[in-house]
Amino acid sequence: MYKIRRNPRFDLRVISGIDPNSEGLARARDLGFRTSTNGVEAILEERVQIVFEATSAKAHLANAPRYKEAGIFAIDLTPAKFGPSVVPCVNMKDCSDLTNVNLISCAAQATIPVVYGVNRIAKVEYAEIVATVSSLSIGPGTRQNIEEFTLTTQKALSDLGGASRGKALVVVNPADPPIIMRNTIYAMIKGEVDEVAIKHSVNNMVEEVRRYVPGYRLTVEPFMRGDHLMVGVEVEGAGDYLPAYAGNLDIINAAAIAVAERFCDIPKKG
Amino acid sequence: MSKITFVDVTLRDGNHTYRHQFTPEIVSATASALDKAGIDFIEVGHGDGLGGSSLHVGRSASSDRLLLEAACRSVNQAKIAVLLVPGFGLFGDLEMAAEVGVKVARVATHCTEADITEQHLRRAKDLGMFTVGYLISAGMASPERLANEAKKLESFGADCINLAESQGHLLPTEVASRIRAVKKSVEIPVGFHPHNNLGLAIGNILAAVDEGATFIDGSLKGFGGGAGNAQTEVAITALKRAGHDIRADLFGILDAADVFGQQVAPAPMPVIDNDSILMGYANVYGGYIHPIKSAAKKYGCDPRALVLRLGERKVVAAQEDVVIEEAQLLAGR
Repeated sequence: MYKIRRNPRFDLRVISGIDPNSEGLARARDLGFRTSTNGVEAILEERVQIVFEATSAKAHLANAPRYKEAGIFAIDLTPAKFGPSVVPCVNMKDCSDLTNVNLISCAAQATIPVVYGVNRIAKVEYAEIVATVSSLSIGPGTRQNIEEFTLTTQKALSDLGGASRGKALVVVNPADPPIIMRNTIYAMIKGEVDEVAIKHSVNNMVEEVRRYVPGYRLTVEPFMRGDHLMVGVEVEGAGDYLPAYAGNLDIINAAAIAVAERFCDIPKKG
Repeated sequence: MSKITFVDVTLRDGNHTYRHQFTPEIVSATASALDKAGIDFIEVGHGDGLGGSSLHVGRSASSDRLLLEAACRSVNQAKIAVLLVPGFGLFGDLEMAAEVGVKVARVATHCTEADITEQHLRRAKDLGMFTVGYLISAGMASPERLANEAKKLESFGADCINLAESQGHLLPTEVASRIRAVKKSVEIPVGFHPHNNLGLAIGNILAAVDEGATFIDGSLKGFGGGAGNAQTEVAITALKRAGHDIRADLFGILDAADVFGQQVAPAPMPVIDNDSILMGYANVYGGYIHPIKSAAKKYGCDPRALVLRLGERKVVAAQEDVVIEEAQLLAGR
């Protein structure tokens, strides 16, 4: 909401939920936005062009066909995987189907650019990522969908990152003060490894991500650790609504905005 | 006096000590000896449980399936158990385990994050397994917090709660207060899994049992993360001496310790070395002992300083990347 509000290209028409006591809806009301507790109905009534859905996989699967019918472009922040998966700096330009796109997971948004950056230099046989997030930054939705979260991230390492095989590990840390989201990426590479070229390529990808997530940065430069490459990145949030440690939420929201901007750039029919 | 269900974790937690290199042969011989001794549950797998084999925490020499098949083939009365940490293991791993004959699933998470276990506890239940809600690093939370988390595990359908004190940090009185609080908050049985960094593993077991814990974890020769677990053969002997009702046979368990020792020879028993003592003191996860030693050596820093830094950063299990990062930082100073 804060990111949309700040962006002059968007006109935020309605924020809809189902819980009348929701803190998010209260904040939206305080800022003077129209809110509703009618869920999807309010979105359809408002005849918007874009909807950002951050509910649950189940809810999105039910709503997605209705958005499509109404001609609303749906940006899906749940693990529903109704539409094609997108990481803005990796495959946005291939995204011609602008009816519904899925943003996979925060862990995927943070790590796939690195895997892709390595893979375009040297074939990644196996990519493994470890996303460590602070306990306060993951809500009940993610906790009750930890299987889907892990599995969809894992799958995207191959589908989007280009690795032959992938594995995703998720660690939750309750330390107080909360830790900033950190991600470690390991890659097994086929054939010779040109560390300089890989470093250069990964650094370029990090810069690409930084264009829409300023708090994204390399903490461990790519280096060979025995028979595999290791890279570390962390994501500090913009601190819009959630504190800076919640970089995991920031990166998926920022990715959603980047996708929405891309939608605005494409000339519309009629 | 209590009736105790003994859970031997040699073939899972002990895999930390053996750098996850257990083979189906080691598993088969050891599980068979534990079964003959009358052990109730035998936990098998990578040190970090199903799906744990990884570049991050260490690659297994053998697949989960091969190890579990070897274990299930080798027992008559004992039940084979697996550990699954959501975020590591997946539904497919649980389904594979059920298919090869595993009867017990311990679904584990850091002690403050019980609500991450709901999906996998329910899936394991659906597969017909006895399910244990397993709280890792129970010395990192207060008795009240543990009681709340245990309540959640019970509501997700767990048949039993296990408190794992993965750092070997707690004193007997601190173990007692935690078991007492959890016992009060749930109807289901409560278990305890100690580590030996401060030499208190057996004493802590006795304290836990006095407060009503009825499931106890140990491992042969004390194999396990860090300074190791409670040594199964010692724990059983001590529990018998205290008059508790325990099915395992004294000679049988001593024989099992010999069989396992021969299988892994010349690997020595874990000892409470200087780094382990400090890990117990600073409340640092025992599984980090090898990563700490190798990172300190590789980057040239004092492992003791590294342990204390990790304690300050309150790392939880599976943050091996932070061990490397801190070692690099310390070495750079």
